[in-house]
Amino acid sequence: MSKFTEDDLKKELETKEYEYGFYTNIEADKFPIGLSEEVVIAISKKKNEPEWMTLWRLEAFKIWKEMEEPDWANVNYEKPNFQDISYYSAPVQKKKLDSLDEVDPELLKTFAKLGISIDEQKRLSNVAVDIVIDSVSVATSFKKTLKEKGIIFMPISEAIQEHPELVKKYLGTIVPKTDNFYAALNSAVFSDGSFCYIPKGVTCPMELSTYFRINEGGTGQFERTLVIADEGSYVSYLEGCTAPARDENQLHAAVVELIALDDAEIKYSTVQNWFPGDKEGKGGVYNFVTKRGLCEKNAKISWTQVETGSAVTWKYPSCVLKGDNSVGEFYSIAVTNNHQQADTGTKMIHLGNNTRSTIISKGISAGHSQNSYRGLVQVGARANNARNFSQCDSLLMGNKCGAHTFPYIEAKNKTAQIEHEATTSKIGEDQLFYCNQRGIDTEKAIALIVNGFSKEVLNKLPMEFAVEAQKLLEISLEGSVG
Amino acid sequence: MDLKEKLVSSFLAFENKGILDLDSSVHSIRTKAIQNFEKEGFPSKKDEEWKYTNLKPLLKHDFSLFSATEKSTGFKNIENYLINDIESYTLIFIDGVFSSFLSDTTHDDCDVCVLSSALNRPKYKMVVDNYFNTIAKNNNSLSELNTAFTKEGAFINIPKNTIVPKPIQILNFSTGSEKEILLQPRNLVVVGENSHVQIIERHQNLSKNTTLTNSVTEIFVHKRAIVDYYKIQNDTENSSLIDSTFVSQKQQSVASVHTYSFGGNITRNNLEFYHEGEHITTNLNGISILNGKQHVDNHTLVNHKFPNCESHELYKGIYADKSTGVFNGKVIVQQEAQKTNAFQQNNNILIDDGASINAKPQLEIFADDVKCSHGCTIGQLDESALFYMQSRGIPKKEAKALLLFAFGNDVVNKIKIPQLKTRITKLIAKNLGVNLGFEL
Repeated sequence: MSKFTEDDLKKELETKEYEYGFYTNIEADKFPIGLSEEVVIAISKKKNEPEWMTLWRLEAFKIWKEMEEPDWANVNYEKPNFQDISYYSAPVQKKKLDSLDEVDPELLKTFAKLGISIDEQKRLSNVAVDIVIDSVSVATSFKKTLKEKGIIFMPISEAIQEHPELVKKYLGTIVPKTDNFYAALNSAVFSDGSFCYIPKGVTCPMELSTYFRINEGGTGQFERTLVIADEGSYVSYLEGCTAPARDENQLHAAVVELIALDDAEIKYSTVQNWFPGDKEGKGGVYNFVTKRGLCEKNAKISWTQVETGSAVTWKYPSCVLKGDNSVGEFYSIAVTNNHQQADTGTKMIHLGNNTRSTIISKGISAGHSQNSYRGLVQVGARANNARNFSQCDSLLMGNKCGAHTFPYIEAKNKTAQIEHEATTSKIGEDQLFYCNQRGIDTEKAIALIVNGFSKEVLNKLPMEFAVEAQKLLEISLEGSVG
Repeated sequence: MDLKEKLVSSFLAFENKGILDLDSSVHSIRTKAIQNFEKEGFPSKKDEEWKYTNLKPLLKHDFSLFSATEKSTGFKNIENYLINDIESYTLIFIDGVFSSFLSDTTHDDCDVCVLSSALNRPKYKMVVDNYFNTIAKNNNSLSELNTAFTKEGAFINIPKNTIVPKPIQILNFSTGSEKEILLQPRNLVVVGENSHVQIIERHQNLSKNTTLTNSVTEIFVHKRAIVDYYKIQNDTENSSLIDSTFVSQKQQSVASVHTYSFGGNITRNNLEFYHEGEHITTNLNGISILNGKQHVDNHTLVNHKFPNCESHELYKGIYADKSTGVFNGKVIVQQEAQKTNAFQQNNNILIDDGASINAKPQLEIFADDVKCSHGCTIGQLDESALFYMQSRGIPKKEAKALLLFAFGNDVVNKIKIPQLKTRITKLIAKNLGVNLGFEL
């Protein structure tokens, strides 16, 4: 076998394209660009929403108009022009579909390309999928099985119609409209998303999953996810995302709210693979996401994320540990290559007694990318015996990239016990040499080492995703040997 | 009239007082500085760097900018604050005015004198032009303010190949001649190649009146030089201190700055290191032991620009009553600074419920072949260790103090002047409210 040189690697990377960069020609019902009160009302009308929802959106819009785009994050990008975006785009559907057989064959092909043949998934893996294309939920599988258990899993637009009492009670309680610029925008214009309710004492028998895809050009995707786990219930929720390769930057501003009532547990995993832009840093998705969860007594929320895509990521999945003995966890791998920028991390707000949180964050930067961890651990004055452990490790490949850590630690209680540690390193020449010596080529060796570096987080992912995530890591880093 | 307006409007009067001839390049530096200050104003909590320290209540005071009556004080009053069991050069300032009567300066092997004379004498023009305000500029509005009102402070100029035989003590006293006074000492330290110096600095209020000290120190460390700088902060509860220290290091130099914060109303330490060569070692050590409503904010920055350098940072904090602590340690490793070793550690203990700590250990790394780590902990005393000591007849209070003392000991151990170590040990014991019954 001829030696696989660095140059070969570079060449391969250059020719390696974003796998999901295709565009499907589906007829779409798309709003003209621009944002105004009329557009907000029109979205609401389109969705056939009750009046309270319309008012809610309008209020959010009013708040948004008065807010300024934040610029404290450690990222540089051209601010999107919010009047240049179409705020609603939906694949045209003739009527409400009952079974997948009736789905537009073009759509089905898209799923096949994405590697999510719904049929296959249905049979092989025990995963219920809700697919959101261009902000509209197009298919939800396994609805019937879930219904037997009393689990509600449906697009949020339907939930507003069918379960207004639940939506009304919880929507915007964890991420209020006033929370931040993008959350306010999302509250005003969100077109769809997933809604999930697990009744008391029920353990959800399968993984619930949402697949997001931006298809149309010039649109923004604003989805809203609301997961409610009632007392003593358990749910594991997965989220995946892709977008076509385009020259322009697309905006994705989602809001995710999790509510874990007493003794409930929510596990929320994300594999984010939005189009990261080409190797010159042109195009790509702006991923500005607000994710937050609330833990009541003895509840547990666990966030796991694998971030490999997006030109700019700005995302801090957080846990508000309100109830006594509640637990928050955050496991993250963020990989940036080429000109990607990621500013991601978490917030752990300890309010109840005996609350615990764990943060494991792994950042891998290559190419010209910038990768930042920004985290907050806050212990309130009345939160006795709070415990936190944070670890953030960075791996640098090449000397044109950067790794940054901005941990904020605020303790107001003397019984708090907080540990934070961070390290930065590179892949050691000795490690590579050791692998080479045993017949593992450099590319494979790097994959192996990165895999080991990320293992702690990968282990937390559900089986189906772990394999995918592992592959994704390899692809994202191909050819970045420094 | 708020303090900012007062400062800006009194600048002209200050300039015209004419302690400096007006052609001096210092004049334009000062004018520029006051303009910058006027533009920026005092930092507020909205500034990321001042997120946890609120200056507002402090700035409400109607500070006198200059002491109206020159007041001297007897040696008896200040004796306690000197480390007088060692030979040393001393520079003593009373209400911002140099007291030649109490001081012990030299021009023999090296210059240990005052900045006002250095600014005025042609002999030192070169040094002043080359160094004065070259690293302190453009940093924050408070050091600009200090630059604008530069008048007096220590001037230490060590030529090549000189080992300064005894430590230098810089003491700033305020006598309370004014009800509320703002002092702005300015120090300039230049250490030549292969030289070695030890400096101890202290600010002390002798009365119950309010003082605010806005001090700026610039330190230049040339090739292979070694500098140890000790800051003792154990002031009264009406005294606030904003201390900005800037250190520029040339290759193979070793600079260590030790900060001991035991008291004061609001204490803010800005400590910044800039590397200008390879194989540099930078050490930052600090202990804060606070009680009452005291507030200490340690802001450090180590900017690694060249390969093969090292930095070691160790800060410990013990917070009792309603005291608050802030630690913001920033380490930047630039793209060229390969093979950097940068370590940062911050450990804190909260003793009482009202106490709080805000820590932000921050790393910004642009080079790949580096070893960088930081650790930050907030915790309590080990209950089982406490129990062990109690079961062996050590009263709880003493046992606690012993454990706390041990907690801070690795910072104290870095002190290279034995007499100073003894003094710091005693201060710690006093602050913990016990007699440890042993000296180190």
